[in-house]
Amino acid sequence: MAAYIIRRVFGALVLLLVVSAVTFGIFFLVPRLGGQTATQLATQYVGKDANPESIAAIKKNLGFDQPIYIQYWDYLKGLFVGADYKFGPDATHCSAPCFGYSFKSHIEVWPQLTQRIPVSFSLAVGAAVIWVIFGVTIGVISALRKGKPVDRISMFIALAGVSLPIFFTGQILSGLFVYQWPVWDSTDYVPFTQNPADWAWHLLLPWISLAFLFSALYARLTRAGMLETMGEDYIRTARAKGLKESVVVSKHGLRAALTPIVTIFGMDFGTLVGTAVLTETVFSLQGIGAYSIQAIRDNDLPIVMGVTLVAAFFIVFCNLIVDLVYAAIDPRVRYS
Amino acid sequence: MSDEKEVSLPAQSDGATLTKGTGAGEPLLKVTGLQKHFPIRKGLLQRQTGAVRAVDGLDFEVRKGETLGVVGESGCGKSTMGRLITRLLEPTGGKVEFEGQDITHLGVGGMRPLRRDVQMIFQDPYSSLNPRHTIGTIVSAPFKLQGVEPEGGVKKEVQRLLSVVGLNPEHYNRYPHEFSGGQRQRIGIARALALNPKLVVADEPVSALDVSIQAQVVNLLDDLQSELGLTYVIIAHDLSVVRHVSDRIAVMYLGKIVELADRDSLYKAPMHPYTKALMSAVPIPDPKRKAAKSERILLRGDVPSPISPPSGCRFHTRCWKATEICKTTEPPLLELKPGQQVACHHPENFEDQAPQDTVLLSVAKEAATLVADEVLAESAATSAAVAAEVGESADPGARGTARPAPTDPQPTDEPTEPEDDRQESTDK
Amino acid sequence: MSKLEKAALGEVATDAAPPDADAFLSVRDLRIHFDTDDGLVKSVDGVSFDVRRGKTLGIVGESGSGKSVTSLGVMGLHRSANAKVTGEVWLDGQELIAADPDDVRRLRGRKMAMIFQDPLSSMHPYYTVGAQIVEAYRVHHDVSKKVARTRAIEMLDRVGIPEPNQRVDSYPHEFSGGMRQRAMIAMALVNNPELLIADEPTTALDVTVQAQILDLIRDLQKEFGSAVIMITHDLGVVAEIADDLLVMYAGRPVERGPAESVFAEPRHPYTWGLLGSMPRLDREDTDRLIPIQGSPPSLINVPEGCPFNPRCPYADIPKDNVTRTVRPELTEVGSRHWAACHMTQEQRERIWTEEIAPKL
Repeated sequence: MAAYIIRRVFGALVLLLVVSAVTFGIFFLVPRLGGQTATQLATQYVGKDANPESIAAIKKNLGFDQPIYIQYWDYLKGLFVGADYKFGPDATHCSAPCFGYSFKSHIEVWPQLTQRIPVSFSLAVGAAVIWVIFGVTIGVISALRKGKPVDRISMFIALAGVSLPIFFTGQILSGLFVYQWPVWDSTDYVPFTQNPADWAWHLLLPWISLAFLFSALYARLTRAGMLETMGEDYIRTARAKGLKESVVVSKHGLRAALTPIVTIFGMDFGTLVGTAVLTETVFSLQGIGAYSIQAIRDNDLPIVMGVTLVAAFFIVFCNLIVDLVYAAIDPRVRYS
Repeated sequence: MSDEKEVSLPAQSDGATLTKGTGAGEPLLKVTGLQKHFPIRKGLLQRQTGAVRAVDGLDFEVRKGETLGVVGESGCGKSTMGRLITRLLEPTGGKVEFEGQDITHLGVGGMRPLRRDVQMIFQDPYSSLNPRHTIGTIVSAPFKLQGVEPEGGVKKEVQRLLSVVGLNPEHYNRYPHEFSGGQRQRIGIARALALNPKLVVADEPVSALDVSIQAQVVNLLDDLQSELGLTYVIIAHDLSVVRHVSDRIAVMYLGKIVELADRDSLYKAPMHPYTKALMSAVPIPDPKRKAAKSERILLRGDVPSPISPPSGCRFHTRCWKATEICKTTEPPLLELKPGQQVACHHPENFEDQAPQDTVLLSVAKEAATLVADEVLAESAATSAAVAAEVGESADPGARGTARPAPTDPQPTDEPTEPEDDRQESTDK
Repeated sequence: MSKLEKAALGEVATDAAPPDADAFLSVRDLRIHFDTDDGLVKSVDGVSFDVRRGKTLGIVGESGSGKSVTSLGVMGLHRSANAKVTGEVWLDGQELIAADPDDVRRLRGRKMAMIFQDPLSSMHPYYTVGAQIVEAYRVHHDVSKKVARTRAIEMLDRVGIPEPNQRVDSYPHEFSGGMRQRAMIAMALVNNPELLIADEPTTALDVTVQAQILDLIRDLQKEFGSAVIMITHDLGVVAEIADDLLVMYAGRPVERGPAESVFAEPRHPYTWGLLGSMPRLDREDTDRLIPIQGSPPSLINVPEGCPFNPRCPYADIPKDNVTRTVRPELTEVGSRHWAACHMTQEQRERIWTEEIAPKL
């Protein structure tokens, strides 16, 4: 078991390193291969009042004239031990983890990210709780009442949920409950530490619109998994023991049916933290998704890099958790 | 490989005169010291910590026109052996010769011409046929793969093959799911026969089929052999089926052949205790014999793990005749009687090979409690009779090619196993 | 008057066999039909049998013969929404088909228990063997987990699992095939059931392990005096263990009787076919097996008349006033021995002794 954990953690670290190298390559190497010169890159940093001297200085100070692997090494070093940046005459220290400075605003990237991660994380956590509860419950009920009206209706709603785009549900919800009948006077983000009740209340609409989509997805997954599991031989054995049907379903059926769902949940949740762009935009939440959109528009590479790495970190981390949870649920995994 | 100009129709093949029983032909396939070890990787760095010794030193030949049956329980390595001789797997050690040619380490390209001569039939008629291909496509695939154009065209030849295996040639365009299990197995057989092979290796060809259908397929294999002069290696766990189809039979236990003999000698007078136990375990469809169930030899526990097989004779942990020598010295596979090779220090129905070693191991004493006294008495009596007979004849040659047990005990490279015959094999 | 009483008076036309008054389990005219998109699947179509305490009934048939569905019907485990079940199942004087499902549930696992073909897929992969046995015990006994665990260890020991104290905490995948089936048996027997149904319990096992398991079942039956139903396709297995035999084909009983007379004087061409199909170790080897031509019918389109008639080599023998489309009923052909065939007793006796028996 210990070897299993160590191997997984080690694998996750290697994966993150690879992700960082690939992203760095995409953002810094590919443009260069496409003909972008170090000067052009430096020009972006300097901004409007560019003059040849300042561009040359930036180019040198930020190492844009160095080979790409040196630049990558410097970037990695910055992440772990921090780095000194010299934009003008004075060097500024950017402490670890240093994701560099925004091209556009010359603001350090990391503090910006740390401000926004809680927003995105809160959004994802709340939505996840709602969709898991609803999705799994509906899926189980559907599976147990296969072919009955309950099943047909919920699967129809699920189909709608999967097909409706998030900005549609989001706009409708906020249109109805914020503007038409103002149940919510504001959906601005309130930090959890400041006021948990307001935090939840203000996030409820974004949660619901996100969860609607995912509940639908999870209801369908749970239904399929449950139908398969309930046909297994060990379910027949459980019934042959004389167990009540409720015990057969919850103790024997659900536990096995949920195993694959745990895997998908880990991936979905990890991905969602960095990519709930639509929901954040519709509800004007200052999360990292919205942040990255702005950065992409501005071609602000350090921010894009930073967001990508943070998002990748969440995905890899959640997958690691999934692997460990999996081993805890399914004893067969521990030995193979 | 001989480069045949054209595919002769199987019915015209010169082997057609060969029939079952006349099988004293020259060896078609010769296997020496065949081994296959599957590595086990463990720990943080996934280093190899051991190996599953699935097949661990086999010597046998398959003669032209005969059927060699291979029996054994799950995990004895019989299926691995089948995949090794058809070179679907690469042996870890030893040698496989087909018609005198060493094919042990031939690559995919080198094996290509041989694929025409060596064919395999698989157990599961459901999963071994591609559900998206028509029967015509499936059976004609070998022609396409080998670039062979049979006389009269592929379609005509495929239809002929279908009728040979007893299927309606008009079903050429149907899909596997439209056929029953027995019919699918016939399709698999038609595919195997397409290129007029010399050797057909069948891995549990009938075990997935219903009894009444099993008999149809067994008869079909029989007919094809006498018509086409085929040579079969039939791997099966069902001893009655193996007896019915085989000329000679190899009994495997934990990656080794423990007994290899003519069908009749083996079933009338098995010499290896394991063979005897195996045969006595087969339920007989005759309720009157319920009373006579004392003939049964029950083996205790399970087959030990092939990862760390017992030292010496691998059966010693479950054998009721095991003595010290069985634990320390691996018995070689010797031809004790003409046509009957056995690897045992204390064979049944024959003179003891290690008569000086009389003290039973404690596990053997326990194992013997599961063997009916009648059986023990009878076996002692036959052995004594054989010994007496041998003693009378002054000529040692009367013992056939039998040699005395090796005088120098060959130390095995295996560490001595603890005397625990109940060790569980964790499933792979 | 209940159907059972009617049956006693010979008024139930589908089965001439009268019920056995001493039977612990008595099944009368059981029919299990499933409504599917392709049509009505008649999995079981008019089966009756009795089993006494301490006796073993072997149900023999090929895949699709309805032998497993019959046993699930007895256990009340077929209950899918589209199953139609009729007939009667009397267990120790209590009728189960019409009974409240919850009452039947309380009997399952306690009065009647079942073991299945594949012990690996039949045990939950996420729970230890011990936990699964403990669960089976605690459904029917209000005891603490600790008491139940002691009981589980005792049962594992009884079925011959070495070191039961440790093995109780192992997972099913850590057991070998034979050990798993032993654990399955321990689980089924933990409540001392009076009826044990074993559905192909040794089919997935090696022959030496099969011998161990059959031996164990026989011993346990002797010890507990339970009634046993052994479902199998292997005539060898039933010959070894069964007192009575029921041969099924396409959901219907074709022959029923004491095992010895069914083997010695089979009176149905399908039974002959089964006997001819299997190579036997106890006889001189025959040159050819005698297979049954064709394959079993679809249960949606069961042939009219005798379901075996398209495959029967004797279907064309003229029979008095009977056409092929008439369904043959079980008729008595010997003491407690019934077969469903239109041929006359004499015809069948002649064919068996002259044509079939010598070739086996």
